[in-house]
Amino acid sequence: MDAVRAEALSGEVRCDLMCLLRRALSVLKTGAALALWWLVYRLLQPAVDFVTYRLLSLTPDTHLASSVSFFLFEVPKVLMLLVLVVFGVGVVRTFFTPERTRQILAGKRESVGNVLAAGLGIVTPFCSCSAVPLFLGFVETGIPLGVTFSFLIAAPMINEVALVLLFGMFGLKVAGLYLTTGLLIAILAGWTIGRLHLERHVEPWVYELQGQAGGDPAEERLDWSARLERGRIAVREIVGRVWLYVIAGIAVGAGIHGYVPEGLMASFMGKGVWWSVPLAVVLGIPMYSNAAGIIPVVQALLEKGAALGTVLAFMMSVIGLSLPETIILRKVLRWPLIAAFIGVVGTGILVVGFLFNLIF
Amino acid sequence: MKLQILGTGCPRCKQLLANVQQAVADMSGAVEIEKVEDIKEIMKFRVLATPALAVDGVVKAAGRVLSPDEIRKLLGK
Repeated sequence: MDAVRAEALSGEVRCDLMCLLRRALSVLKTGAALALWWLVYRLLQPAVDFVTYRLLSLTPDTHLASSVSFFLFEVPKVLMLLVLVVFGVGVVRTFFTPERTRQILAGKRESVGNVLAAGLGIVTPFCSCSAVPLFLGFVETGIPLGVTFSFLIAAPMINEVALVLLFGMFGLKVAGLYLTTGLLIAILAGWTIGRLHLERHVEPWVYELQGQAGGDPAEERLDWSARLERGRIAVREIVGRVWLYVIAGIAVGAGIHGYVPEGLMASFMGKGVWWSVPLAVVLGIPMYSNAAGIIPVVQALLEKGAALGTVLAFMMSVIGLSLPETIILRKVLRWPLIAAFIGVVGTGILVVGFLFNLIF
Repeated sequence: MKLQILGTGCPRCKQLLANVQQAVADMSGAVEIEKVEDIKEIMKFRVLATPALAVDGVVKAAGRVLSPDEIRKLLGK
């Protein structure tokens, strides 16, 4: 009896001594890498000061020294933060597959569903090329249209790359504000779209899929070393894709930081200029792939007197409302629904922009 | 054996196709590779994320780009 049980157990766990050792080693290596990360991060500022003022012997408080030290400090800082968070999120995401998210959302009432969908949008892996299968998969299971939209709004807008850059360059307050208002927009916009009852503007064949095929694909079972490996893959993939944009963005930002006079931006991106918010939203819609590069530029603008609300609205519009995603969604949605989507989300961003200009 | 790459044509889907081709390059036996780009066809596989890889009609991975090594392991080679 015991032998049978032992066999069943080992069959289930499928891990001998060597494999256990391998897993432990993988966890240890990750720990060591984290410790090294922390050490380098702490030594960054003194190292940059040494290079700028000793090695390059630049005079402090000049335009050049200011630009150079900004660039030398921000590039490794932002890239290091990016690696850390993308790794962390990559590991967390192994717990939130789209299939599980769909299971959680299925059968939830609308209001609760909107909140859950927006929250899950942050942690569920998503790329805009998956928007259509995800949309179809959600609608197919009977998840309400508005709840599906809450997810589709939150997933791209509140992503780890944007949050890291915001935290690294603007600090905790702005990153927190972005997260909170982004969630609110996703929840309220999704809820509004649900209230508008636009189901008839979904392409008819979408609902014909309902209940057609068999069961879901089997869920993968991962151990910790596999989850850590997924984190490393995410770092390679995501940081590999955005690092150049980040460096280019910081280079432009460094130029503005050192050379553009204080207060210049106040005249056309400042609080007093009400039309700068809608303009920022409209300008942001066609921009999409350069989100990683745009934040460092925007940071420099903010520093020179641009208003926080205007800057946030611009960012949200760039990241949350994207032309490519809209074009992809056109395969399953008709224009009135796409217009409602852009209109409702755009209005939300506009309100956020005005609100922050008013408060801060 | 039939390998199907499901994806509407995003860069990640093309990467998966390239990795599959690389993985089966040195494999003997008949391997058929098909790229499924029509969204209605893709939905018949019940995937929620692309790119996805199906082996003989069964989805083995969705939403991520498998490395050539992972693909070889998956195929048991």
